[in-house]
Amino acid sequence: MYELFKDLGSWLVSSEQWTGPDGIGHRLAEHLQYSLIATVIAAVIALPLGLLIGHTGRGAFLAINLASFGRALPTVGLVVLVFLASGLSMTPVYVALVALAIPSIVTNTYAGMTAVDPEVKDAARGQGMRGRQVLLQVEIPLALPLIMTGLRLALIQVVATATIAAYVSFGGLGRYVFDGLAQRDLVQVLGGAVLVAVVAVVLDLALSGLQRVLFRHRTAA
Amino acid sequence: MIKFDAVNKRFPNGTTAVHDLTLEMPEGGITVLVGSSGCGKTTTLRMINRMVDPTSGTIRLGGKDVLEQDAAELRRGIGYVIQQSGLFPHRTVLDNIATVPLLLGWGRKKARARAAELLETVGLTAEAGKRYPHQLSGGQQQRVGVARALAADPPVLLMDEPFGAVDPVVRTQLQDELIRLQRELNKTIAFVTHDIDEAVRLGDRIAVFRTGGHLVQCAAPAELLARPADDFVADFLGAERELKLLSLTTLAEVPLQRATTVREDAPAPPAGSGPLLVVSARNEPLGWLDPSGTDAAPLTPVRPLRDTDTLLAALNESIASPAGLIARVDADGVLTGVTSREAIHEHAGRRHQEAARAAVSLTEATALSKTPGGTV
Repeated sequence: MYELFKDLGSWLVSSEQWTGPDGIGHRLAEHLQYSLIATVIAAVIALPLGLLIGHTGRGAFLAINLASFGRALPTVGLVVLVFLASGLSMTPVYVALVALAIPSIVTNTYAGMTAVDPEVKDAARGQGMRGRQVLLQVEIPLALPLIMTGLRLALIQVVATATIAAYVSFGGLGRYVFDGLAQRDLVQVLGGAVLVAVVAVVLDLALSGLQRVLFRHRTAA
Repeated sequence: MIKFDAVNKRFPNGTTAVHDLTLEMPEGGITVLVGSSGCGKTTTLRMINRMVDPTSGTIRLGGKDVLEQDAAELRRGIGYVIQQSGLFPHRTVLDNIATVPLLLGWGRKKARARAAELLETVGLTAEAGKRYPHQLSGGQQQRVGVARALAADPPVLLMDEPFGAVDPVVRTQLQDELIRLQRELNKTIAFVTHDIDEAVRLGDRIAVFRTGGHLVQCAAPAELLARPADDFVADFLGAERELKLLSLTTLAEVPLQRATTVREDAPAPPAGSGPLLVVSARNEPLGWLDPSGTDAAPLTPVRPLRDTDTLLAALNESIASPAGLIARVDADGVLTGVTSREAIHEHAGRRHQEAARAAVSLTEATALSKTPGGTV
């Protein structure tokens, strides 16, 4: 066990491991690129959906059930399915990651919208705001902390799952995991896994810190 | 002027919130809508700015049917204050107040300048403008709510239990401020409350509602207190309604008597001459002296009253005063004379009869006007 960790240490710090097309730097950049693209696509689909459900109050069952659907989603199965249907490209990876990210964003956005005090919305209408002004000037700003939580959770989930890109022969930190498994190189598998975990934790801490700074004026509602 | 004409409101679940309401709220006056919860007073208020649309009937504001106007634009022209203030928690106090001017397209600079001006009007410091609503006390938040409603200087204000959630001391302060503001601004105000004392204090007219959305009586406070239309209104006004009537009359018309006074630096008067009012060199009342007591007996404190004080305050003071006399002063606090408990009582009784008589003649006049060809 001790040997394994010692080898892992030297694997992580050796300079040739960090450079070149198979280096950690490049793989990390790929990994983050996949994750960001998938999260942005998911946000483009899920944010308007969550806002619409929250603003109108219609389709709430969808927002609530999406959460459990997201938890039950077999990501690797989805990759294989879309891979069989569409052939070798990044499409299956993105489809799976986007499908993974959408529920967190929709449910949190919806939760944020329903948590806005009805008295405040009533007052906004009573001052003469139109529906769209209530949405843009009151509901979204007040729901923003929870909306951002949804985006953060989605990004973390996607980062942790983007290893599957390597499963269908693309890059990212998953490369080390799958190559390591194929080569029976336990150190490399572990190195890839640790890197993914560290990236996820660091992103989570950084984004929650950002949220705290942005919403420091808010009450603990 | 706000005018309801045969207005009904039924909700989809079948409940009638407002039943066949015909009511006028005079321009430049405060009309208070009172009643227990579920009597339709808030629904009535919210129909004025179309937060609720009536099922039938018309509501006219300044002669124009509210249903024919764009709801959002109508609301921008009407100040709206609600319980718990409904302030926007993500905006500073100043930006909260600037809401309607910004919606009207005044531009940020002008809107903020106006908001800063209003902070002062409602008795808040400029520093409070930079804070967020949750950093203010309940009373301060309510002031901000009033300032926000006044921002675009609308002729009409709707106030839905605005002081319901603050403690009694702050509530009295806010009521005083509203009376003061109203003297300067002369808005047409519709005010909802379930507190009859608040209604009597603030209202130029009071409309009493009964469960099921029925308007039972609408009258000036004195008339309402002297002549409640039925047992429901009488019950609602409470057992002390005659005393509440006293709170509507000032001392001004109650005759003065000459006071027996003694200067504070003068030698003690002989015993047995009845209570004396001790005054300062400037003739300001200091306290009552009872000569039957010993030299060292302390003065009984006196609370001098002005002509603007109410009969209720006078009666209250006369109970505490040793000889049943109240000391009266002018605006500078200089003694003008005394008034006896009996004189206050007599005046109170006369006022009550007057109010009752006025109410009766008014009722008869309406009854006559409703039956054409009726003979007297």
